[in-house]
Amino acid sequence: MSIQTKISNSTERRSHFWAAALPYLLITPTLFFVVVFTLLPLLHVTYSSMFAENQAVQVPKFIGAGNYTSLFTDPGFHDVFVNTLIYVIVTVPVSVFLALVLALLLNRKFRALGLYRLAFFYPTVLPMVSAATIWLFMYTPDYGLLNVFIEFFHIPSQNWLGEPRLALIALMILGIWKQTGYFMVFFLAGLQGLPHDIFESAKLDGANILQSIYYITLPLLMGTTLFVTTIAVINAFETVDQIYIMTGGGPINSTSMLLFDLWQTLFSYMDVGRASAMSVILIVVLLIFTIVNFVTTERRATYE
Amino acid sequence: MNRRRLNSILNTVGLLVLGIIALAWTVPILWTFAVSFHSPNEPLSATNLWWSSQPTISNYSQAFDIAPFAKYYLNTILIVVGILAFQLVTISLAGYAFARFTFRGQNILFFLIMLQLMVPSSALIVPNYSTIRSLGLFDTLLAVMLPFFGSAFGTFLMRQTFKTIPRDLDDAARMDGANWLQTLWYVYIPPARPALIAFALSSISFHWNDFLWPLIVTNSTNSRPLTVGLAVLTQLGEIGAQWPLVTAGTIIVVGPLLVLFLIFQRQFIDSFLHSGLK
Repeated sequence: MSIQTKISNSTERRSHFWAAALPYLLITPTLFFVVVFTLLPLLHVTYSSMFAENQAVQVPKFIGAGNYTSLFTDPGFHDVFVNTLIYVIVTVPVSVFLALVLALLLNRKFRALGLYRLAFFYPTVLPMVSAATIWLFMYTPDYGLLNVFIEFFHIPSQNWLGEPRLALIALMILGIWKQTGYFMVFFLAGLQGLPHDIFESAKLDGANILQSIYYITLPLLMGTTLFVTTIAVINAFETVDQIYIMTGGGPINSTSMLLFDLWQTLFSYMDVGRASAMSVILIVVLLIFTIVNFVTTERRATYE
Repeated sequence: MNRRRLNSILNTVGLLVLGIIALAWTVPILWTFAVSFHSPNEPLSATNLWWSSQPTISNYSQAFDIAPFAKYYLNTILIVVGILAFQLVTISLAGYAFARFTFRGQNILFFLIMLQLMVPSSALIVPNYSTIRSLGLFDTLLAVMLPFFGSAFGTFLMRQTFKTIPRDLDDAARMDGANWLQTLWYVYIPPARPALIAFALSSISFHWNDFLWPLIVTNSTNSRPLTVGLAVLTQLGEIGAQWPLVTAGTIIVVGPLLVLFLIFQRQFIDSFLHSGLK
């Protein structure tokens, strides 16, 4: 073999190596950050959830399911879990239903359409922290606008954020105000994709608006509704910013929810083991709904 | 009742409902705006809720004195732009690899990256905080950005977009002697522009509004973004009751966002539709 062919052979082999390595090199940056900030943390948090590690136990000590059993027997965590569930069960159906109604009302051509869409959608653009500050102001006792409004109907002014039975409702009102417009645009997009001729023939058959909504529109929007609902559930489980700004979890734990409690457990009580167990619980809950979301996204894609 | 009559009644009722809800939805921001010009010397009460006898812009200058909003704005912009710049590179490269190459382990690697879509970053604050601590990055802008440099959603979006581009174009570019980077840049990126813009808008609005993560990893004016800065202003106990000042701070934070939204309304809404999951 001449020197010439040897050289060309080795450069060929080298370029072959680079050609084979190229796709791996292309995904390396993404993979690196996903591994370091998602996959390893996932293993890490699951692992440390089985250890006691807090201010009393400086050197982590294996306790198996100890953090989980102490969480599930703790009345404080029970309250947090129940608050979260109530928040999800109320805000999700109300905002999804309201979004659907608004979309149905806006789904036609009229002059002020853009203005209305703007009015409902703008809260989506605001950071939750600013939205919460605005509503903190709305809920101020005596001269807060909400109190002025209810006093107009001769209902006495309420301390919205200071009363355990009202504070969670106050957070829900903010949540509904903030996200309804977001869900509305999904429904509007869904409505625009519906075939016109079905509605024409329903009209010819003598159906009124309500009948054609009930028998045609709603069934066709099923995919969108499922999709929006799962997003709403996932977002609701991650509620935290507004609790930090408005109530700090109080009064008497009435507004504390999973993610806020997790944050507090880590930074106020420095209980790493317990916070890790709470993370795992949150991840499992969210995972279930994310999978549902994927399935419904597929369905939405095939529907529309 | 005949159908036409029912339809017209429903129409009127619908418009009425729409008007009432629209009013309820916009009153909070309008009131916040009005009170931000309220004289701090004139206590708020049920009688002067909407206007002050001596309107003033002093609340804005005072808000700027108490909280370094200019610095907060700069931090937020640096964070958002830094994350986006990095993401645009990583998602284009990874999206290209998954769209146009076949390689061993492709499916499992794709699945591993997609796991990021299923585990929201907020549930991983415990281990990620300790990673940032051990890297010595606490209280830096880089700490706020780092976890978001790789994006499963972006990778997925680019893969889908690149797949729609005819392979012939790719082959032709290669025949003309273009290397992979030139092919990516001249053949794949231009038609993917709308997808990249949609991704950029959703990334920007997510990180502009993010609160919990920056709250955890920042501790000073040097690295605090706007959201955390506003929270600090709101939480300052004695100022808490000074609503004209706090509302001015709120308008400083949301004003530019609302103006941008007014201008780019359509693009904003489209990008939100594209990204059910952030």
